[in-house]
Amino acid sequence: MIQYAWLIPLLPLAAFAVIIFFTGRNRLLSAGVAIAAMVLSTMISTGILLEYLANPIPVEYALKWIDITNLTVEMGVLIDGISVMMLFVVTFIATLIFIYSLGYMHDDPGFSRFFAYLSLFTFAMLGLVLANDFLQMFVFWELVGLASYLLIGFWFAKPAAAQAATRAFVVTRFGDFFLLLAILTLFAIFGTFNFDELAEGIAGYSNAAVLTVVAILVFLGPVGKSAQFPMHVWLPDAMEGPTPVSALIHAATMVAAGVYLVARTYFLFAASPVGLEVVAYIGGFTLVFASTIAFTQFDIKKILAYSTISQLGYMFLGLGVGGFTAGTFHLMTHAFFKALLFLGSGSVIIGLHHKQDIREMGGLYKKMPITTITFLVGALAIAGIYPLSGFWSKDAILAATLESGHVVLYGTAVIGAFMTAFYMFRLFFIAFMGEPRSEAHETSPSMTVPLVILGLFSIFVGLVGSPLVHDGFGHFIFYGEPVAEHLDPGIALTSNLVALMGIAAAWLIYGVKVLSLEPFARTFQAIYNLVLNKYYFDEIYAFLGNRVVEGISSAFHWHDKYIVDGVVHGVANLTNWTGAKLRFHETGLLQTYALVILSSVAVLVLLLAVLNPPLVLKLGGAL
Amino acid sequence: MITLTHYLVLAAVLFGIGLFGALTKRNAIGIFMGIELMLNAVNLNLVAFSRFITPQVLVGQTFAVFTIVVAAAEIAVGLAIAITLYRERSTINADELDLMKW
Repeated sequence: MIQYAWLIPLLPLAAFAVIIFFTGRNRLLSAGVAIAAMVLSTMISTGILLEYLANPIPVEYALKWIDITNLTVEMGVLIDGISVMMLFVVTFIATLIFIYSLGYMHDDPGFSRFFAYLSLFTFAMLGLVLANDFLQMFVFWELVGLASYLLIGFWFAKPAAAQAATRAFVVTRFGDFFLLLAILTLFAIFGTFNFDELAEGIAGYSNAAVLTVVAILVFLGPVGKSAQFPMHVWLPDAMEGPTPVSALIHAATMVAAGVYLVARTYFLFAASPVGLEVVAYIGGFTLVFASTIAFTQFDIKKILAYSTISQLGYMFLGLGVGGFTAGTFHLMTHAFFKALLFLGSGSVIIGLHHKQDIREMGGLYKKMPITTITFLVGALAIAGIYPLSGFWSKDAILAATLESGHVVLYGTAVIGAFMTAFYMFRLFFIAFMGEPRSEAHETSPSMTVPLVILGLFSIFVGLVGSPLVHDGFGHFIFYGEPVAEHLDPGIALTSNLVALMGIAAAWLIYGVKVLSLEPFARTFQAIYNLVLNKYYFDEIYAFLGNRVVEGISSAFHWHDKYIVDGVVHGVANLTNWTGAKLRFHETGLLQTYALVILSSVAVLVLLLAVLNPPLVLKLGGAL
Repeated sequence: MITLTHYLVLAAVLFGIGLFGALTKRNAIGIFMGIELMLNAVNLNLVAFSRFITPQVLVGQTFAVFTIVVAAAEIAVGLAIAITLYRERSTINADELDLMKW
């Protein structure tokens, strides 16, 4: 099966081409083509997964893309534990989301276009996952960004969507620029783009300062793509896209590409302790920072968006403290339960006829039982309640953090666990419990069936990394030595306890309403406003963009306009003016010109006689 | 005894007369005649130099023949221009033909 791995990204690409060029007019046929391609891809990647489980030996094969002196670029396939895992997660979740989109986009005029873009996105994402070469990865990394742009701006007639798309593109491009610098630096030092060769080169390279700089540059790419502080601003805005897009791209897969990149280039970070520290602290800070904003939001998708940022922070924290297995494990479990939560929110949005404000929801459990139960499963999973999937992966990250001796980060992660539980159940109690505030109805099976499947996975997928399974996830995906699955009772109890406290607090405040945050919000009005306005990051960036950048560029503009253009126009004007003055001596009479020629010759001869008498004498002598 | 200097002086005089005519005549035909005179002065120079300096080789004479041929062709073109001008503007007075001015 592994030799057919290259088909996995190409099938969605073919679907994209077919929909764009042939079946665009036929809505159902377009969706059918896209889903069929996705199902085939899923079957191949499942086959590869089974094959790799039986025989876990990494395989790499490639075609030469560019092959000239000193430069070889390959387009290839690298099959190892982490790419097999990602292939399965991406294709499987994408298939479910494609099916879900049948229901969600049912009445949309851009139905076929939507499936074309989704196929394009999965092609790019799968190409990124399979890349065996840094340059190939960068190409697909940018393609993913393009697909994300197209999908966020899918309803481009809506100004907010068009702006959000541009913003996402620009912010992530900003990070990508540093990633490109890092790739080129690595090429300059080691002369190759291939991951395995780079790993070998770095193992024998001793200049730690260079490696640290490169590691941080590489990390800035994921900071943009995975929406980490301070480049997180685009992800909440990206919720302007259709909800299946939010689920597929901005929760389960694309934002995970940043984590995947760090995991893929872990040999670089492992060689640079400072680089790892940066990753860990950015992750740790982001996870708390984003959670606090999630407290104050009322848009159901925005809450989930900040939650995604926070969970990505967990993944980077895990990777940063050396828990390679823990970070990638959380990447996998998060993909399932966050896709579930987003699809659940999409179901709510459709059920309520496009309302997104949780204050207008309430009592949904009566009208939408399937959505409510699956959403509850997702919320419990993300809160890390035993024995759901989120528990195992979050626990692995907490254990890795404590083991590495980062006590402060461990404390942050535990607080983060409390906050996660709190904001998820705030959302749950306000939207799903209590009194109904709007008309609602359960959605069609094409939407609820994916929810149920994802719900089952969200419950059970964590078990592969639990002590119940021998030689589980840690033997499948690891860096260096295989990691044995173990459960630290102390950490597990702590994390569950704080999560339950978070749920209890949310229940007391938003469920039975015996406590209220009103007095608190009033007392600390300033802090509340600060968080409500997302720490004014939008305003800070607007200020930087409008005032600082524009100020600098207006200085350059002045220089260009008055100095550079001044010189150029000055020369032209001088020529013009001289010509205007000189043209009056042109009489148009041939005889005048002949006279001028004659006198000029006479003057020249005289000059020659004065300046060079011997020559003239010689000419005279010849006579 | 007629020396090279005699020829050169004669040529210079001819050239001067031709130049004067070309510069002062109003009539285009007159200017042509002046130019022809100058050309012939040059021919005279060529032949005289050839005769006195390199009598064995007929370089100057050959050049003179070429000059005569070219001058004949030039006259043909020049007169054609003069006729066309006259048809267009009913004059061949050089003072009035100042289209090339600013």
